Amino acid sequence: MAKHVLRVVAVVYVLFLLVLPVGLIIWRTFGDGLGPFTEALTSPSALHAFKVTLTVAGWAVLANTVFGVGAALLLVRHEFPGKRLLGAFIDLPMAVSPVVVGLALILVYGRFSPFGGLLESWGIQVIFSTPGMVLATVFVSLPLVVRAVVPVLEELGDEQEQAAHTLGASRLQTFVRITLPGIRWALGYGVVLCLARSLGEYGAVAVVSGRLVDQTQTLTLFVEERFQNFDQPAAFAAATALALIAVVTLLLTKLLRPKDRIDGN
Amino acid sequence: MAIEVRDVNKSFGTTPVLRDVSLDVAAGSLTALLGPSGGGKSTLLRVIAGLERPDTGTVRISGVDATRLSPQRRNVGFVFQHYAAFKHLSVFRNVAFGLEIRKRPKDEIRKRVMELLELVHLEKLADRYPSQLSGGQRQRMALARALAVEPQVLLLDEPFGALDAQVRKELRTWLRRLHDEVHVTTVFVTHDQEEAIEVADTIVVLAGGEVVQAGSPGEVYDNPANPFVMRFLGPVTEIGGSLVRPHDVEISPDPVEGGAPAVISRVVRLGFEVRVEVEIGGHEAWVQVTREQADRLGLGPGDTVHVRPAPGARSLALAV
Ligand SMILES: Nc1ncnc2c1ncn2[C@@H]1O[C@H](COP(=O)(O)OP(=O)(O)OP(=O)(O)O)[C@@H](O)[C@H]1O
Ligand SMILES: [Mg+2]
Repeated sequence: MAKHVLRVVAVVYVLFLLVLPVGLIIWRTFGDGLGPFTEALTSPSALHAFKVTLTVAGWAVLANTVFGVGAALLLVRHEFPGKRLLGAFIDLPMAVSPVVVGLALILVYGRFSPFGGLLESWGIQVIFSTPGMVLATVFVSLPLVVRAVVPVLEELGDEQEQAAHTLGASRLQTFVRITLPGIRWALGYGVVLCLARSLGEYGAVAVVSGRLVDQTQTLTLFVEERFQNFDQPAAFAAATALALIAVVTLLLTKLLRPKDRIDGN
Repeated sequence: MAIEVRDVNKSFGTTPVLRDVSLDVAAGSLTALLGPSGGGKSTLLRVIAGLERPDTGTVRISGVDATRLSPQRRNVGFVFQHYAAFKHLSVFRNVAFGLEIRKRPKDEIRKRVMELLELVHLEKLADRYPSQLSGGQRQRMALARALAVEPQVLLLDEPFGALDAQVRKELRTWLRRLHDEVHVTTVFVTHDQEEAIEVADTIVVLAGGEVVQAGSPGEVYDNPANPFVMRFLGPVTEIGGSLVRPHDVEISPDPVEGGAPAVISRVVRLGFEVRVEVEIGGHEAWVQVTREQADRLGLGPGDTVHVRPAPGARSLALAV
């Protein structure tokens, strides 16, 4: 009996939280056929928003992949003072609200801060432009690659790397030929997660971008803005596009899930 | 000398692990580093390979001071206890690794790798991955991989430690034969004295981070430097305040000169050997005799006999 009650509760919960809203969005999007959908997504503003989103997410993923692998190697293979502090800092973005991140970035890089002013005098504008949005996205998705790679590096151990050294391989050769192949599935998983998070980021980007239509508007901001302006077809179309991207990345992460493919033969 | 280790000290934190270790390994020899667990054997081997840097002291390999050289430049072959197989590479690519790093031409690599795989009897498994090999096969692959770069010395950390007893015995004889074929200076770590005696031509006993004794297996077995080495290298028993090998004890029904009266408490027949457990003046000892001897003397529990160390047998007086 209790089992049945639990099952009903679970189904209703998922229905009202997930299936109904997403289903309605899709229904509203495609309610009048495919035409309005493609039309809404190929408007200049929508295309620009796509481009901004891809640029920002691309740089953020690149930065976090490089940093993530480096930090994971540092955390697993080296002993140094402040190691635990570094570990804690890496997890910080999980706990801090993205809006706070955005405000903090404005405090540091804004036009009226000393550092931001200095950059501005060199002609580099961070806030209300792409660099700031990349920074915000990097911060928000910082832990994802590190946390995906660390356990696999630990499991891998350092004997294979030492063996490679004794066989004459340099540090770089060892990294490329031994370490990287050993962590490739976990790294792929972390990168996809990081990409999904970057594409969907709203709060921090909303604050630092200034929401300038056709300039710093990402896809999530586009959805928001269209909705506020009663352009529901465009809002729903973009939302569906985001949802589809999310589904694809979800499927990718299922394929790459590190614990199923630890040695990757 | 192929390897000369001089006055090496090494601590992890505040715990000294190697203390003033000096060691010479003759070119072309097969040396066993023997000692109890935690004695510092692996650490010493890793110091020789450059995987661990000594706090003080020097390591020379083929006459060249290698103390500050990275493992990458030492040209030593190292075989890890758990093989450290490159899991994402086939057996062939594992063995080829060092040659690929050295950018040798493709067909030369192919030829050399196949030669080595034949040497270790893995030529049929060249395309397999390490996860598809048995423990013994992985160990042989690791050996071939280390030999591929023609190292000046070959270092093996408990090469058979993770294998079952049967495979261990086979690989032991095989390693000895391989060494006779390849002649590369080899040092291997073991905590099994039988393995050391059977395979090595020099044994170095390492305990508590110090070299306790070094010599040929016969020397170390027959002339142990102290009671610890004697105990570690084979069975011992205590008779008349000295440590004796149980097979070096004479047993007779009549009183003999220098003998002590003993009461037999148990007679255990282990195939060809017979283990006679006795009590001498309140403490226990045992004597190993042949079955034929035991039958001739008619030994049985409760009998009184006389025992003494065989004349000419090595024994060590225990400090009282
Ligand atoms: N990286 C390390 N950090 C701290 N202590 C270590 C480290 N490596 C070894 N030790 C300590 O050094 C001592 C000697 O270790 P080592 O591995 O050399 O012993 P061993 O003779 O090879 O033993 P075993 O037969 O168990 O392998 C041990 O007490 C061990 O705890
Ligand atoms: Mg060891």
